Amino acid sequence: MTVPDDHSLNLAWRRRSPRQVEGPFCREKVVRVMLAGAMLSAALGVAAILGFLAYFAWPLVAGGHLSQVFSWHWQPVRGQFGILPMLAGSLLLTLSAVLAAYPLAMGLCGFVHGAGRGPWVRPVLALIHFMTGIPTVVYGFVSVFVLVPRIRQWLGGTGYSWLAASLTLSLLILPTMVLLIHTQLRQTDSRVRLAAAALGLTPVQELLWVRLPQASQGLWAALILGWSRALGDTLIALMLSGNAPQVPQAVADSLRALTAHIALVVATDVGSAAYHSIFACGLILFAISAAVNLTLRRLQAPVAAPHHTHG
Amino acid sequence: MKLRQTWQFIVITALCCGLMSLCPTPGRAGALESFKALDGTLDIAGGTAHIPVMQDAAKNIMQVNPKIRITIAGGGSGVGVQKVGEGLVAIGNTGRALTPEEVSRYGLKSFPFAIDGVAVAVNPANPVGALTSEQAQAIFAGKITNWKAVGGKDAPINLYGRDEASGTREVFWGKLLKKGPVAEKTNIVASNGAMKVAIAQDPGAIGYLGIGHVDQTVTAVKLDGAEPTQENAKNGTYPITRKLYMNTKGEPTPLARAFIDYILSPEGAPIIQKHGYIPVQQ
Repeated sequence: MTVPDDHSLNLAWRRRSPRQVEGPFCREKVVRVMLAGAMLSAALGVAAILGFLAYFAWPLVAGGHLSQVFSWHWQPVRGQFGILPMLAGSLLLTLSAVLAAYPLAMGLCGFVHGAGRGPWVRPVLALIHFMTGIPTVVYGFVSVFVLVPRIRQWLGGTGYSWLAASLTLSLLILPTMVLLIHTQLRQTDSRVRLAAAALGLTPVQELLWVRLPQASQGLWAALILGWSRALGDTLIALMLSGNAPQVPQAVADSLRALTAHIALVVATDVGSAAYHSIFACGLILFAISAAVNLTLRRLQAPVAAPHHTHG
Repeated sequence: MKLRQTWQFIVITALCCGLMSLCPTPGRAGALESFKALDGTLDIAGGTAHIPVMQDAAKNIMQVNPKIRITIAGGGSGVGVQKVGEGLVAIGNTGRALTPEEVSRYGLKSFPFAIDGVAVAVNPANPVGALTSEQAQAIFAGKITNWKAVGGKDAPINLYGRDEASGTREVFWGKLLKKGPVAEKTNIVASNGAMKVAIAQDPGAIGYLGIGHVDQTVTAVKLDGAEPTQENAKNGTYPITRKLYMNTKGEPTPLARAFIDYILSPEGAPIIQKHGYIPVQQ
């Protein structure tokens, strides 16, 4: 029997009865429809959240209270509803947490991928995987009883402070960053690594001069995603930062994050100006997340295909 | 392997059933009898101070009539008003009186059932045991910043307060601070329980919480010579008091009415007293 060519195969498809053709194609259509439905519901959900936030924040804009909300004092009993101290608090807290966690994450990944020796590499990775599973509230709870009294003892103040929240937050985002960087470093093309080994590079040299530069987009992504996770975290800021609506002057001072502010104010009387201010907070957080994600997409341009060298 | 798993399952189930049967089932008559004829679900939400009383009452009722289901949630007085006003729960608990706007907007009815005092509390290691109103106002406004100014050690005063939605905070601010200024650097905690933890852990702390929540981990200070006890709250010697209210939207449903009557009845009074509040005389 001769091997069928393209033309005869086409004819063979056409000669089949409609029911025979529908078989695998019908299943494919169903799957396509289901996947499209999942995509649409996810997209609609996010759009709906944005829509509701804007709708509930509208009374602020329409009533001309926006300048009231973007001021520096939060004292509802005196009619002051400024959320700028909370914005400053969130930014200071998250940036300091990332500053502490990122070098640590890089160090851990460097250890796992080149600098580490022997039996320590696997347990370290397993520990990091385990840490991703610990609920946020456990970090907060343990810190209240372990970290806060120490800070009160060493630095004065109440212990519930920028430092306490920042240290715990950095511990929380560390596993996320480590896993992201780890995945990126693992994806280095094996041929490049083979070439590096053939050139006589030590594992550390290969890590520093070959793999890290190749993974640079992933490193940026890990930084930005870790920061964005820290920005969205509510419980640690709520339990550890003291929640005083002021801009902190020292690391032992109390601050309030935007997320903790929403959590504290959400139970007040509906319709009051304090209540409307939390929708402004929500919009700010949403805008920052959107900006972060767009930046990420710009950075994650398609990874260059491995160079094919012939000959 | 399968046999062992089956045995494990049977043993665990038997243990659970055994433990549940150990729960006491008091045979009460009176107000609980009226629940035998009812069934349905009763949702309650609102102030955190009310929760222990509600839970005990609910337990007694559900034991008498297992067909009734009562759910109790917290959230604070603000949440209580919101939820009952929107019709999400049958009874909304508040630790403060309803404002005229709330009553007219939602058409709510209030049922006060207990009196609770709000006490100023310090760490047990703090030698300061009494304050005047003026001192308390100055401390919470941030004007007095060191304990030695009020007779204590030379240490900074650490202020703790409650969040916006708290009925406890509202009473404290209105009746003791006389609606005066509050220092911006006050640390905010989210519940009476969190306030207790914060004060118990910090030697220089001062804060406020419901008298019903005071135990050995914190010390309640005397205000203008009045000891913060429930008796003094009742007879007016201690002025910083509030009533605990149950609120319904319009007339309560039969099940909600029975629940409210139970709490206000002579059988409900021991439950209220057990948790440190004073029953309101009906």
